[in-house]
Amino acid sequence: MTATAAMPTAPPTAAGDGAHALALLRDMVRIRRLEERCADLYQAEKIRGFLHLYIGEEAVAVGVMQALAADDAVVATYREHGHALARGVSARRIMAEMFGRSTGCSGGRGGSMHLFDAATRFYGGNAIVGGGLPLAVGLALADRMQGRDRVTACFFGDGAVAEGEFHEALNLAAVWRLPVLFCCENNLYAMGTALDRAQAETNLALKAASYRIPAWTVDGMDVEATEHAARTASEAVRAGEGPHLLEFRTYRFRAHSMFDPELYRSREEVEEWKARCPIATFEGRLRQRGLLTDEQAQEIERAASAEVDDAVAFADGAPLEDVATLTRHVYSEAASP
Amino acid sequence: MTALALERAAPGAAGTVRMTYRDAMREAIRAAMHTDTRVFLMGEDVGRYGGCYAVSKGLLEEFGPERIRDTPLSESTFVGAGIGAALGGMRPIVEVMTVNFSLLALDQIMNTAATLLHMSGGQFNVPLVIRMATGAGRQLAAQHSHSLEGLYAHIPGLKVLAPATVADARGMLATALDDPDPVVIFEHALLYNLEQEIAADAGPVPIDRAAVRRAGTDATLITFGGMLGRTLDAADQLAAAGTRAEVIDLRTLRPLDMDTVLASVRKTHRAVIVDEEWRSGSLSAEISARIMEGAFYELDAPVGRVCGAEVPMPYARHMEQAALPQVPQIVDAVRATVGG
Amino acid sequence: MPMTTLDTAGAAGTANAFRMPSLGADMEFGTLVRWHAAPGDRVARGAVIAEVETEKGVFSVESPVDGVVAELNVAPGTKVPVGTVLATFGEAPRVAAAPQIPPTPTPEAESVLTPRLRASPVARRRAAELGIDLAALWHDARDHAITLAEVERAAGRAAPAPVTPELPAPTPSAPPAGDARLAMRRAVAAAVSRANRDIPHYYLSTPVSLRRALDWLRDRNAVSPVDQRILPAALLLKAVATALREFPELNGFYTEGAFQPAPAVHLGVAISLRTGGLIAPAIHDADGKTVGEIMEALRDLVRRAREGGLRGSEMTDATITVTNLGDEGVDTVLGVIYPPQVALVGFGRIAERPWADAGMLGVHPVVTATLAADHRATDGHYGGRFLAAIDRLLQAPEAM
Repeated sequence: MTATAAMPTAPPTAAGDGAHALALLRDMVRIRRLEERCADLYQAEKIRGFLHLYIGEEAVAVGVMQALAADDAVVATYREHGHALARGVSARRIMAEMFGRSTGCSGGRGGSMHLFDAATRFYGGNAIVGGGLPLAVGLALADRMQGRDRVTACFFGDGAVAEGEFHEALNLAAVWRLPVLFCCENNLYAMGTALDRAQAETNLALKAASYRIPAWTVDGMDVEATEHAARTASEAVRAGEGPHLLEFRTYRFRAHSMFDPELYRSREEVEEWKARCPIATFEGRLRQRGLLTDEQAQEIERAASAEVDDAVAFADGAPLEDVATLTRHVYSEAASP
Repeated sequence: MTALALERAAPGAAGTVRMTYRDAMREAIRAAMHTDTRVFLMGEDVGRYGGCYAVSKGLLEEFGPERIRDTPLSESTFVGAGIGAALGGMRPIVEVMTVNFSLLALDQIMNTAATLLHMSGGQFNVPLVIRMATGAGRQLAAQHSHSLEGLYAHIPGLKVLAPATVADARGMLATALDDPDPVVIFEHALLYNLEQEIAADAGPVPIDRAAVRRAGTDATLITFGGMLGRTLDAADQLAAAGTRAEVIDLRTLRPLDMDTVLASVRKTHRAVIVDEEWRSGSLSAEISARIMEGAFYELDAPVGRVCGAEVPMPYARHMEQAALPQVPQIVDAVRATVGG
Repeated sequence: MPMTTLDTAGAAGTANAFRMPSLGADMEFGTLVRWHAAPGDRVARGAVIAEVETEKGVFSVESPVDGVVAELNVAPGTKVPVGTVLATFGEAPRVAAAPQIPPTPTPEAESVLTPRLRASPVARRRAAELGIDLAALWHDARDHAITLAEVERAAGRAAPAPVTPELPAPTPSAPPAGDARLAMRRAVAAAVSRANRDIPHYYLSTPVSLRRALDWLRDRNAVSPVDQRILPAALLLKAVATALREFPELNGFYTEGAFQPAPAVHLGVAISLRTGGLIAPAIHDADGKTVGEIMEALRDLVRRAREGGLRGSEMTDATITVTNLGDEGVDTVLGVIYPPQVALVGFGRIAERPWADAGMLGVHPVVTATLAADHRATDGHYGGRFLAAIDRLLQAPEAM
């Protein structure tokens, strides 16, 4: 299958499949509310270190997760709260982790940038740009060598495309025909550097062609498009056709992190993209199709708020790890298997 | 302290076999791959080429391309892939051709392999073995002659080994593969041709302790890897002149077996460390500090060090030899601490 | 006002600071006992500025400079290491042209500090376990730390020292508190051990007839008031001082691998203390003094040595030492040189002995004069001639 510039248009969500549509909306709203609360908590100094918010990009994580099976693997970046939540890591454990508590999903040892969860095969949570790609290649290699029918989804940003590891990993995955779904979340900025200042070729999907990897460019603000693309690509991967790459064109509405004064982009640009908010546009579409009522919308909001409140309360009351166990988890504690 | 079999076994003793360090490492890989189907080898030129140092010669034919994998020249990614494969249930042996190229993969080693268990709060351990050739002495000049054991031994989360004998080359790999955490094995390139007797049924050896290769009373010589041979030669010369030096082969560089070292220093009251690395910030500095911390009141003289000269390795033979620890320098260093 | 370069070689001070002086090569600490000046006082060079106590007793210390005291840095009763600044002077001090004082062995102000005793950690530990005094094994010219083996040897497996130094029996009297006595003994032991260890001694002795000298003395004392009567010891000292003019290589210091002859003859006189132990303060410029002046100086030194009040300069300036054990009934003294001096002259008791003089046998008062000398500075030939000169001088006392 050769690379094409755009994926065939996705059919609209089936009219009868209202439940699924609401589920998509619900997941995006949950992520949005969680992230908004994290911003407040950071300013209240409950969350420290670096905090990278996913606001505006929700459609990518939510859409892709629809295509993954429970025993597939996910490798993500430091902007991974949404991916973790959509994958099935509880808001409680995510929030407790960000509060540095021992009942967080990484035991309080990781923080915002290092969310991990073995139960959902969520392999982080990586703070080195591009650092997760080799890891994903290795996970896929293990599946291939053990004859397992699994997909490894690897999320990374447009910044990672500049790293050598992007090229090494795509190349190796292609040479060894490994079941990796490379998901590039192109939000047009690598921290403060615009894409056209960093890349000679800004069509990122096209780079995959160098490695003979099928790739598509996808509207990352449209959850139906992202789901359709992910399902199509992952089916091909699962069928043994080798790695595939999806370039999601998206935008983060907030700064790179809490410390970023956003000197590198204009307010007008941000407003333009905000007008394409994945939640607002999808909500509008669903209403138009008669799949969303006001009551349902309010219920979704109410439930999301309640989930976040509950997570914060849980995190607030969660214990801190005893300093005496500081040097745990440097080496495994159990004897070798 | 544990005294392992001294290297000079009686020739022709029943149940022994004579082999090179290279052969021993190959046998170790073969044995591991036969025992456990999760084990596989990947790295540059390990398959068709038979390995840069011929360690994996014949293994591609024996085990096939799925388990003996030639990689592209992508150190960062194939080391990272080794990490991922280990997470995914395999027991990879990643061969980085030499420590000189490992720097390209240092991010994966330090920021992922060594830290994943910790960052995930104990959820994801990385049972990965990385093997690397190391050291100088073949006129390969500045970019191909590094000794960086101290750099790796600096990193919590890793275990670092330096087999210096054929028995250890044969036995350490299995124990390393059994370890749930990442293990880095340094193989000094000049050791590959070393030939010694080992037990015919040689098996796994411990990787958490040093070995006293030669007993003595007057001074303790501490070394590892490629420097063991010349350290023992120096001990021979010293003995002929009446100074009996004890020689300790560290074997494991992280964690350091300071119990063995300190017991020796308490006996001899004098220590000299022989380390091919550049002196500043080398592993010898750490060992010296630990001896000071653990046995200060036993020392009759400052701890001595014989290290590589602080210069990028020059090409010309005489210059390279001048930059490396040599037997006369080791002898002199011991004499300086003993002579008073 | 001419400014001469301040001789900073002395232990006492630099242009602005007055430091705890070294009053002996083995002195490490001193206690400032009393100040004799206050901030704002103008002090003349050589005037007593403080009293300092060491293991050997209390000494008066002179100001090294003319100046105004700016600040007293150490309070009375404080024990400080040698070299510690005790007081500072406020204005650039005027320096009177001073007679050249031979420097204490180390030229820089810092090395006034006795080099810190160095012993390996295990040597220290073992020394503590075995009750070995490391100071007794240490001397400043060593270039390596004391080792475990040395400590163990010192604990009882060592060969005896080649020459046993003669030390005066303590004057019988109530001994002081055990600690002070022990400290004194320790200090003496350290000094003696060091000297014995470092200096290659050679020994010469010669009997000297004092018939003419004592006759001369008797005649002279007959016409002098009691308090001006001269003892034979003064005559012996005068002879030594005069002979040194002819034999300068026995008068000076051996430091840093070389001998420096001293420009003046400051005779150290070994005086036994009632508390036990020996000190050897100097009679300055003994060669220029008459026998009467030497007698007076000797009397004064002995009194102050026993009662307190010796000055720092007296303790540090001796260029050679004379030890006279005649009172103790010893015939021959073979002593240990006080480093960094290069000679020790000894006199035993004056006793009647048969003596051949111009072919005739008689009975003369005879004293055995001995020389212990540093073989690095002189040899037996030179030393022998020196003793012969002393003999010659004592045969013509009226000419001295």
